[in-house]
Amino acid sequence: MAEREIMEYDVIVVGAGPAGLSCAIRLKQLKPELMVAVIEKSSEIGAHILSGAVIEPEPLDRLVPDWRDDPPPICVPVERDEIWLLSEKKRYRLPTPPQQKNHGNIIVSLGAMCAWLANRAEALEVDIFPGYAAADIRFREDGSVGGVIIGDMGVGRDGQPKDSYVEGIEIHAPVTILGEGVRGHLSKQLIERFDLGRDADPQTYGIGMKELWRVQPGKSIPGLVQHTTGWPLDKNIYGGSFIYHLDKDRIALGFVCGLDYADPNFMPFEAFQQFKHHPMVRDLLEGGEILSSGARAISEGGYQSLPKTEMPGALLVGDSAGTLNVPKIKGTHQAMKAGMLAAEHIVETGAAEGFDAKLRDSEVVRELHKVRNIRPAFYKGFWRGFVRAAIETVTAGKLPTTLNIHADDTALRKLDEFTPPDRNWVERDLPPRDRLASVYFAATAHDEDQPIHLQILEPDVCTTRCVVEYGNPCTRFCPANVYEMVEDEAGESLQINAANCVHCKTCDIKDPYQIINWVTPEGGSGPNYQNM
Amino acid sequence: MKILVGIKRVVDYNVRVRVLPDGSGVDLDGVKMSVNPFDEIALEEALRIREAGKAEEVVVVSIGGDPVQQQLRTGLAMGADRAIQIKTDADLQPLGAAQAFLKIIEREEPGLVLLGKQAIDDDNSQTGQMLAALWGRPQATFASEVVLDGQSATVVREVDTGLETIEVDLPAVVTVDLRLNEPRFVKLPDIMKAKRKPLDVVPLDELGVDTASNVEVTGFSPPEQRGKGIMVEDASQLVQELKNRGLL
Amino acid sequence: MSRILIVAEHDGQALNLSVAKSVNCAQAIGGDIDIAVLGSGIDGIAAEAAALDSVSKVIAVDADHLAAPLAVNWAPEAVALADGYTHVLGPSSTLGRDLMPRIAALMGVNQVSDIMEVLGPHAFKRPIYAGNAITDVACAEDRTVVGTVRTASWKAVASGGGASVEQRPANGSAAGHTRYVGLKVEGGERPDLQSAARVVSGGRALGSEEKFNLIYGLADRLGAGVGASRAAVDAGYCPNDMQVGQTGKIISPDLYMAFGISGAIQHITGIKDAGTIVAVNKDGEAPIFEVADIGLVGDLFQVIPELEALLG
Repeated sequence: MAEREIMEYDVIVVGAGPAGLSCAIRLKQLKPELMVAVIEKSSEIGAHILSGAVIEPEPLDRLVPDWRDDPPPICVPVERDEIWLLSEKKRYRLPTPPQQKNHGNIIVSLGAMCAWLANRAEALEVDIFPGYAAADIRFREDGSVGGVIIGDMGVGRDGQPKDSYVEGIEIHAPVTILGEGVRGHLSKQLIERFDLGRDADPQTYGIGMKELWRVQPGKSIPGLVQHTTGWPLDKNIYGGSFIYHLDKDRIALGFVCGLDYADPNFMPFEAFQQFKHHPMVRDLLEGGEILSSGARAISEGGYQSLPKTEMPGALLVGDSAGTLNVPKIKGTHQAMKAGMLAAEHIVETGAAEGFDAKLRDSEVVRELHKVRNIRPAFYKGFWRGFVRAAIETVTAGKLPTTLNIHADDTALRKLDEFTPPDRNWVERDLPPRDRLASVYFAATAHDEDQPIHLQILEPDVCTTRCVVEYGNPCTRFCPANVYEMVEDEAGESLQINAANCVHCKTCDIKDPYQIINWVTPEGGSGPNYQNM
Repeated sequence: MKILVGIKRVVDYNVRVRVLPDGSGVDLDGVKMSVNPFDEIALEEALRIREAGKAEEVVVVSIGGDPVQQQLRTGLAMGADRAIQIKTDADLQPLGAAQAFLKIIEREEPGLVLLGKQAIDDDNSQTGQMLAALWGRPQATFASEVVLDGQSATVVREVDTGLETIEVDLPAVVTVDLRLNEPRFVKLPDIMKAKRKPLDVVPLDELGVDTASNVEVTGFSPPEQRGKGIMVEDASQLVQELKNRGLL
Repeated sequence: MSRILIVAEHDGQALNLSVAKSVNCAQAIGGDIDIAVLGSGIDGIAAEAAALDSVSKVIAVDADHLAAPLAVNWAPEAVALADGYTHVLGPSSTLGRDLMPRIAALMGVNQVSDIMEVLGPHAFKRPIYAGNAITDVACAEDRTVVGTVRTASWKAVASGGGASVEQRPANGSAAGHTRYVGLKVEGGERPDLQSAARVVSGGRALGSEEKFNLIYGLADRLGAGVGASRAAVDAGYCPNDMQVGQTGKIISPDLYMAFGISGAIQHITGIKDAGTIVAVNKDGEAPIFEVADIGLVGDLFQVIPELEALLG
């Protein structure tokens, strides 16, 4: 086979999220002559970005000092915070903990903000390539990372080239920055290959599902930031909701469930939909219309789960490493700071080595350290977690102990080992009716004639062991109805509706056998989120 | 021979288009814009003709403000040799667009003009036919196969009843349908090469066309939602109901 | 008062149903309605046109070079006849869409494509963005309105009239630069899914490729095209060019019958413009019942044979 065509850059950034774009912009600001490329698998910058999002603007002030003169398209200053504890019908106002005091923060569409950042990056002559998937790492002979290999395009379901076939090129660079976000497929490979998680606890995750609604005029109170906990979750599932009121009668609302839940029959999507039927939320949404919906995993392990973020030839930034601050539910400012720090390090040293130490010494990790015990405090259930979280907050994380983080895939209990509580869930009538309808609003698109990008490493397990032990939980934890057990004359089998995938990575994380391997589909495939 | 390909910047076909609540237009806030899918097919065909040695140059042309340069660059990255932007912020109707294209044709003297059969925003399917009429040349619409032979082309057209074959003398206008070809993906290095290819900006005023239109859009509304109908108990009731409605 | 000229679509043998639908649209505009029949050996077709309700006059232009429906030949003839008319209409079939814009350009006007509703003699509604938005369109009153009629939106008028047929000589001659070679009628007996007036569709509930024959059988009995849901295609029961829906074909038959199809929004997107939607499904909660005009909760394996028996 002929060798692939090669392009050379000084730095390659994989992923045009806040970490990757901040890194690229910073690199050019410090050393304009650097050749920097950003490779992004979505068809357009922001199309795969999904987040609440209330962000701390400080890194923006540092990166783009004049940003307030030309702010991102959706940018609503926070006016008020509310925290609510919900029961099936009622709600109880809780005091706002310091991590949730959002004065001075802004509600944005992170997707729109990334598109806005990308424009600034291009103005600095960063080469941004949306629609191209970095499918593999290019390794040098000495085993170091030497760049990426772009995925082939125009390959049929059978693996054969179609009329439109184009071979993916190789992009070589002395340093590659992985800004893939949570559970990036290349990051996952590299963490394993270089044993970067050796001295850390396993990473733990949550699934975040979000919908953007246009509500009846007058219902949205721009700048209002609401969070809820309690119903519809039981005390043993970590999670809660957010409701961010935007302008133009728009509301961004969503739900996060920790993926360390034990109930094999639990369906995160259903919990989100139940939440919308609580009187407080229903009142807001009634008569409105859904504009967009989607889901994405979030990283919750924080300090204890942070792997080593450097390896020969590459760095992990943002949630590829896992820098999100869980009690704040904010990861954007951390990702931006990590990206900027990586840029500063590369300009100074020209190599990956030494970055990890700098990151651990920086405000990014200091912030993670301060809140490190809050998430694991909830392993003993909601109320004990609440109490411990309060203690950790009051002591600003200065207590000497550090709780360990456990993995998600091993947390699932088997069907015969678990009795679910009474959930008190209700009949639903708000859209979307089901996951297929929800996927419609994600506008996710995959050419059906391409290899299935959800690899099942041991397919027999699904119909022999998993069906008996766990009841095929993938058919429930996937927010997009990708996995279906279908029964026809041939018997029962797993059907993978790969075209529905919204690239959230939940299946790769939560599968109890760890046989689902998410790889990137053809560049340009996936969700087409707008203003998410 | 030179081939001119008209491309239009439209809302990406994946976008869930929505009418603004006040009916003033379609919500274009933050939506992705792309080359009209049929125009991509037209460009792909032009490139294949050039690669077969039957043309020397492929020129992509688009009408609009500076944002259309993004789509022209995509055309160049796919393989077009040159791009022309007919610069205007006015929203041209098909007749005005055809008149503007004709002026470019008079300058460029192509042997073949390829267009998509319709733009997925307005769904008019008029520009190609109007251009051919104004130019006084043949039109071959909804092409699913184009074979050049010297000074003429044999075109297979997708029509309601099947496939119609016609022969046209060049120069001619061909509008393309979905099944003509599958457009190639752009290779990354070609995006970089496209930045260096020529893109000429021609202000619309310079062309001296009258773009006044006798047809004007005055309002937008969402489509009627289908609601629940009636339920029947069994097959015979179903048949009766269909007969009552004149459907059987 | 409006004077409307409809350019007739025909295949050389018979008038196309789209003409009767275009007359209906013309009725909504109001005024005199004439039909122009262009072609060769068209006496029978002209008579059919003259029999349509509310038609005042049929103008027949019979010439050899008009035998094939080439826009380059038909358009100048239509333009010559259009003098004195306020409106010139054609169908939004491939013939109409090929021909009418050429007529409009020769007359120096823009065209209103796919008229779905008439608001007034110079105001119409038409779909854009594949029907995801509807626009109100206004036409200048001092220029001829050239338009195509969206056939799915109009019922055919009845026959019972007796208009006069006037013969006129052709105005021009063959445009030498375009030559008709031939027409290959698609496929076998079954109508093409994309353009069929009736479609019968099956979902995964059919259970196997073999059982899908039930759908083919009923379709053939009804002279209908055949479609399938994505689930049926994914399960391998039929080829993917039969898929109806967001990632398959978007169709607008007069009658759409869905058997064992749940009606996910992705499928409904493909049929939202169908005239009448009939749904048969075992599950009374299936979303398709929310949009079906006629719903039957039942087992398709029972219902389909019963339907075939009733249809005789």
